Amino acid sequence: MSDSPVSERIKEYVTRDDVVLFMKGTPIFPQCGFSSVVAQVLQHIGKDFESYNVLEDPELREGIKEYSDWPTIPQLYVRGEFVGGCDIVREMFESGELQQLIAGTE
Amino acid sequence: MGKLAALIETKLQSALAPITLEVIDDSASHAGHVGNPGGDRESHFHVNIVSEAFTGQSRVSRQRMVNKALAEELKGPIHALSMTTRAPDEA
Repeated sequence: MSDSPVSERIKEYVTRDDVVLFMKGTPIFPQCGFSSVVAQVLQHIGKDFESYNVLEDPELREGIKEYSDWPTIPQLYVRGEFVGGCDIVREMFESGELQQLIAGTE
Repeated sequence: MGKLAALIETKLQSALAPITLEVIDDSASHAGHVGNPGGDRESHFHVNIVSEAFTGQSRVSRQRMVNKALAEELKGPIHALSMTTRAPDEA
């Protein structure tokens, strides 16, 4: 992890909102199947979330991978903590853990 | 099995000593996708892994273990990798 400006910016993003998604495209126009799944899951849960389109921001796209030490997009953060990518979000949604985590009852 | 799928299998075998390992080449269903224009390139994979190495590990650390084993391929030929990771008592 470096102290470059992009990591500062990411830190600000993931702490400003409770639920933050870094994705390819937007929730309305996702540009990747994996990003689409996570956006749909979050919409289904119904809690407000903030999303950032990494395709519009190459610095963010590379920066987020370094920030979380995670090689792929999408990436979900809840209350500043990295939760995972598409597989993890899907598994946690199916088991009910994600709903609990987002509701803050965990 | 394609060359890349075989390589993924070999690397995961040596890194995680899995009890069960299934490498599914899903590339054909992504034909026309930006990472695989003609649908004929090995690019999209799903792996099912059961390994003792996952016991007591969080989902994130399990996936990190897999990503680490395939770090080189994830930088290049692998466009997308999804995975199911289970410890033996969860299988």
